[in-house]
Amino acid sequence: MNMREKIEAAAARYPDQRSAIMPALLIAQKEYGHLPGPVLEEVADILDVERIWVYELATFYTLFHTEPVGMFHLQLCDNLSCMLRGSEDLLSHLEAVLGINRGDTTPDGLFTLSTVECLGACEMAPVMQLGDDYHGDLDIARIDALLDGLRAVTAQATGADFAASAPPGA
Amino acid sequence: MFKPVLLMNVDVPDGHLLATYLAGGGYQALAKALHEHTPDEIIDLVKQSNLRGRGGAGFPTGMKWSFVPTRADKPKYLCCNADEGEPGTFKDRIIMERDPHQLLEGLAISGYAIGAETAYVYIRGEYALAIRRLEQAIAEAHAKGYLGPRILGSDFNFVVHIHCGAGAYICGEETAMLDSLEGKRAQPRLKPPFPAVEGLYASPTVINNVETLACVPHIIARGPDWFRGIGPDKSPGPKLYCMSGQVRKPGLYELPMGIPLRELVQECAGGPLPGRKIKAVIPGGVSAPLIPASGLDVAMDFDSLAAAGSMLGSAGVIVIDDSACMVKVATRIIEFFHHESCGKCTPCREGLNWVVKVLRRVEAGQGGAGDLEQLEALCKGIFGNTFCALGDGAAMGLRAALTHFEHEFVAHIEARRCPFH
Repeated sequence: MNMREKIEAAAARYPDQRSAIMPALLIAQKEYGHLPGPVLEEVADILDVERIWVYELATFYTLFHTEPVGMFHLQLCDNLSCMLRGSEDLLSHLEAVLGINRGDTTPDGLFTLSTVECLGACEMAPVMQLGDDYHGDLDIARIDALLDGLRAVTAQATGADFAASAPPGA
Repeated sequence: MFKPVLLMNVDVPDGHLLATYLAGGGYQALAKALHEHTPDEIIDLVKQSNLRGRGGAGFPTGMKWSFVPTRADKPKYLCCNADEGEPGTFKDRIIMERDPHQLLEGLAISGYAIGAETAYVYIRGEYALAIRRLEQAIAEAHAKGYLGPRILGSDFNFVVHIHCGAGAYICGEETAMLDSLEGKRAQPRLKPPFPAVEGLYASPTVINNVETLACVPHIIARGPDWFRGIGPDKSPGPKLYCMSGQVRKPGLYELPMGIPLRELVQECAGGPLPGRKIKAVIPGGVSAPLIPASGLDVAMDFDSLAAAGSMLGSAGVIVIDDSACMVKVATRIIEFFHHESCGKCTPCREGLNWVVKVLRRVEAGQGGAGDLEQLEALCKGIFGNTFCALGDGAAMGLRAALTHFEHEFVAHIEARRCPFH
């Protein structure tokens, strides 16, 4: 199914098209990576709803990104249970090895580092979400292994060591 | 020895598949409900069981269902609150990931009881595995006739849809969740009208938590007396406890309602980390006021914890040991509430902003005389002055920290630094 068909299938679950805006935005974000203005307008047009309704949801809910995010979005939980199990040290480590502050994206566009509120997986605190997956019981060694794995995947995909490659547009 | 009820299947290989669920007696309660009971009888059985909502408020489930008007010219809706955003809580995720049919059977029986033919399960968007598993379970149940038209040869039609949330704690508040389902920003509604009369799309609507719904098939299968026989009579049943924080064995534990908090912390979760001492425990997610180590003999049920000045909430038990700075703990909790305030009510939106500023400066050693009085004044301005319980939860949590650990706040101000760092 293309994006329009997926959105229309989602809309069929509700008696009111407006209810389909949230699922439609999730579908569009999967398609485009993030949700800039023209994508929001496309969603509004497909559902035939007011554009302002779409804008207000895209800016209210934290899982919607109106700005681009990196290929790998590291979302580290820093709520209480994770904080008590050392998430602050992990954040400092991630900031140091990636060379960015939380909220930022590496210049090569590979990594975005965010802190998020409780992920609902406190039994494996400290925990981080990457894509659809949760990585729990984290420590610095596990974080390093995870980053190495991501870099290896990327290097394989591009046929180059990403660390040596120029940032996009350079 | 208590035998798990709600977690019966979670460690069974392929526990999320229909075949496994059926092998354990699954969907027999639905058949019994449809073939042997009228909807009113189901409501009565649930009333007799004294089941109280597991989402946090502890409202009697059968009574909630009975508020739905029997005659209505609009369709009725059943909504399942699977937004599970209360920090320290992860029970509903585990049910949906590992035993989703238990939830679906509970939904179908509950839908039959209230006369709803459509249910929406509002799952937080981060729960990708739970969403996949529940989608798969819905498809399997449809294919075998446990959902869909004329279920098990009865006249009852019932469909379940998943609605993914997108990262807003406030959606755990039931009327905010309804606005979110209607495609709006999630902000709580003024009540009345209550959702049972005017809820989703202004139709009669019942909203129940995942764990609450998961209890329903067991009540129908084994009877209300069995359920009431577990734990305290007014707050009975099997209960999921989420143990996290500074303990040796964090995890999800199922035990009777009313078990002593000390037993949960010391025996189930293995007690404090080596060389540490427990300082305080939050018994029901960060909205629940903390209990100092001296208060651990309280029973984990709605009424006992309320009497002790806290609440069972979502039973997200967060253990804090003597290495933690309570000012920092309080700051992180209030930062969370500030971040998640939906912005509708001024006392919550603006008040929490000020509370965070004052707490951060105290934690940084830049607090001054009058800051603690300022915090109390802000709590007073927030508590009871908002549409929903978010602001109340923040104010109650901060007040408990100030009451039990005032000496730590004072130490920060006097020493002009955090004594823990």
